[in-house]
Amino acid sequence: MATININGTEHSFKDVDPTMPLLWALRDIAGMQGVKYGCGVGQCGACTVWLDGMATRSCQLKVGSLDGRSVTTIEGLSSGSLHPLQQAWIEHDVAQCGYCQAGQIMSAAALLERKPRPTDDDIDNAMAGNLCRCGTYGRIKSAIRAASETKMASDLFYDAMEAAEVSA
Amino acid sequence: MNKPQNTIASTDRRDFLKVSLGLALTSTGSVSMMSFASATASGSLNAYVHIDTDGSITIFGPNPEVGQGVNTSLPMIVAEELDASWDDVVCKAAPVAQQYGMQFAGGSLSIPMRWDEMRKVGAIARDMLCQAAAKDWEVPKDQLVTNRSVVSHPPTGRQAPYSDLVAAASLLPVPAQDTISLKTPDQYRLLGKRVPNASAQDIATGKPIFGIDASTPGMVYASFVKCPAIGGVAKSANLTAVKSLPGVIDAFIVDGTPGPYNFDIRESFAVQSGVAIVAKNTWAAFKARDSLEVQWDLSSASTDDSDVIEAQALAALASEKMQSEIERTGDVDTAFATASLTVDATYSTDFVSHAQLEPQGVLVSAATADVQVWTSSQTPVFITQNLSKLLDVTPESITVHQLRGGGGFGRRLSNEYVFEAALISRRIGAPVKLQWKREDDMAFDYFRAPTYYRLQGAIDRNGKLTGWKNLVAAASADGEKANYGAGYRAFDFPGKVIPNVAIGQSFVPSKTPTGAWRAPISNVYAFAEQSFIAEMAHNADQDHRDFLLDAIGDQGWIKEGDMASLNTERARAVIETATKAAGWGRKLAEGRGLGLAFFLSHSGHIAEVAEVSVEGKRITVHDVWVAADVGQVVNLSGLENQLQGSVVDGLSTMAAQTITIKNGAIVQSNYDQYPLLRMPQSPRVHVEVVDSGYRPTGAGEPALPPLAPAVCNAVFNACGERIRALPISKAGFTIV
Repeated sequence: MATININGTEHSFKDVDPTMPLLWALRDIAGMQGVKYGCGVGQCGACTVWLDGMATRSCQLKVGSLDGRSVTTIEGLSSGSLHPLQQAWIEHDVAQCGYCQAGQIMSAAALLERKPRPTDDDIDNAMAGNLCRCGTYGRIKSAIRAASETKMASDLFYDAMEAAEVSA
Repeated sequence: MNKPQNTIASTDRRDFLKVSLGLALTSTGSVSMMSFASATASGSLNAYVHIDTDGSITIFGPNPEVGQGVNTSLPMIVAEELDASWDDVVCKAAPVAQQYGMQFAGGSLSIPMRWDEMRKVGAIARDMLCQAAAKDWEVPKDQLVTNRSVVSHPPTGRQAPYSDLVAAASLLPVPAQDTISLKTPDQYRLLGKRVPNASAQDIATGKPIFGIDASTPGMVYASFVKCPAIGGVAKSANLTAVKSLPGVIDAFIVDGTPGPYNFDIRESFAVQSGVAIVAKNTWAAFKARDSLEVQWDLSSASTDDSDVIEAQALAALASEKMQSEIERTGDVDTAFATASLTVDATYSTDFVSHAQLEPQGVLVSAATADVQVWTSSQTPVFITQNLSKLLDVTPESITVHQLRGGGGFGRRLSNEYVFEAALISRRIGAPVKLQWKREDDMAFDYFRAPTYYRLQGAIDRNGKLTGWKNLVAAASADGEKANYGAGYRAFDFPGKVIPNVAIGQSFVPSKTPTGAWRAPISNVYAFAEQSFIAEMAHNADQDHRDFLLDAIGDQGWIKEGDMASLNTERARAVIETATKAAGWGRKLAEGRGLGLAFFLSHSGHIAEVAEVSVEGKRITVHDVWVAADVGQVVNLSGLENQLQGSVVDGLSTMAAQTITIKNGAIVQSNYDQYPLLRMPQSPRVHVEVVDSGYRPTGAGEPALPPLAPAVCNAVFNACGERIRALPISKAGFTIV
């Protein structure tokens, strides 16, 4: 039996086939359906979640191998207010059908975690694993750039606040 | 894309006039509903607008949302005439019911078919709110003005929010349609602006809003295995062994209905034979397939081979075989006999799949007399009747719930997966969530048909295009008519424009099911036609744009007042706008090229210019300029998104997508063998909206057809190689 921390809460996958991909464990067992099935072979990125902070394809992870690991899904990307990327996705009206977008956002959020000011090439490379048949790539790029600016500004603000608290 | 400049600002203050609502409450005590007489004169009641005591205004979008933005744009039309503040509006999918008329998403028709109805619905609602205010305030109705969900009377300064008036308004008789005046475009406050998709937040936060997310108590999960050779019938299978697998509840053969499996979205309830595996979760059902062994009866199965189809089609064109004539005008023989230049070229395109990101799936509860369907179908309007025939129940006992579709592109026009799930649910006696694997989706598509065109042009001594021949080879199941999406449809150009035209066809046998794929026929024929026009211009030593404009001519409307018809002024305007934006005629570096194409489909006049560079066989598409005239703009952001997306989708499809068939079965099974364009390959897209002031028409399809010829024309200008077959990977090209 695997116990996995999902969005900060421990979930025990009792009596679940250990070969079940995390994708289906999340959707059918844990009831988190923001993660999407697109191909099942790690080609489309619609099932992207974070495993211990790294963006990864949940269709390629067996639930039995994840005991003690931490998973973040789109539902847990941000608590309370929207993540700057989610805000940017709305403002830039990125989505058409929207099916791939949770996966896109999870890939983009992982990128901004490790590279707060990505170049266009960084964005291309980080997002190349996420397919969108509606063709919203241009808007995704714009939203990532915008969120990067917002996030930088807010990170600087919080850094300054923290520094002020420490010195006080 | 830059940050939207024209977005609706959130400046409304609806709290300052909040007054409680006292009448017309539902049993929940909080909601009032306004119902309107049918704007389509069918006599039934429509219900599109709900105004809540808290001031929120729910507008129901009647047509399916599959990414074309229609559940934002249709409510916008209602909100415009209603003078509702967009901040107050909540967009919801309407239930599937007769009073909502033709609930389908196809042919880029949602906007044009609903334009008058949605405006009237909004205007009638507004009128009733004004009547209620006039009565209450004892003032003349024509002195009232409305804005941002508030009725006001300037002479007395009285005003009230809609939520205060709705109770009284809903008791009034519905005014006759001919007493209602509609706004003129100069009065629009909302239409033409950029409004984010109404579901943007739900999408960005991963809310379970798609067909695949449907659930209901007691539901079980199913997978359905069909014969790889299309039309093969399941004779027997190791069902006992499969039933003993962990998590499996049952496994059984579904007999199916007799073929052929034609693309008949209105009447068909055909189900192919197969083996259903019912399990406790999706994975158990999928995994059990690995242990399943089925004996198929192939006697009625397809034996198609895509290489054979192509060889037969090209041979038919080479031998000028013609079985039937499609169009003939003027004197083609004389035009060619007296031409100073003739051009002859054959174009072809392969089978392609829809490959929308959400594979087919549906939740059906057919275990009891109360049948429920939760689906992201593009044609929910056709489910009820067909399902009632399949299950032999009354249409009234069936409820269809509309859910968001993860891409449509024509794939969700057919409802065979709904029928499969219904048969499985009835047999198992529980609600069934049927999930097709991606591999099922690719193997059992209604594919875009392959097409083959031999085009010949005659140019006279003045350099004018005077003669046009098109010999078509079309895939055909019966040898008498083209399969869906194969062949040719009579377009205004060239048949109604060029003086001497002959178009004929022959058939090649194919049983592989084909159907509507984003801009059917247009998306393949445009490649042939618009590439061929560039070829002729080049051979005649003329500028492509000038030659194209000259060929289109200046007749104005080809069929006056028919929005689907060619209007040469609209065509000219978009061609001139796109070429101007792209800097047509400017000097380019070695290995770079600009390419132009124009096409009219689904009433949208669209011109595109692509700028490419070519190194060996590697093509980079740097920029694409799109000039589009789809009439009055409804949602500018939605329109721009469709135009940008169509460019990416068009490039994706022309690059390397091909479905090949051996022994009646599809060779490709997933995205690793059927690549979609990825972000690094996607170009910058520049959109120029040409607002001609005509009635609005749809934007989901018409921007796709011109993309492939624009890129291929640019490639020719960059490197001198003419591409005449799609995908371009067949000639060794790749998009990088």
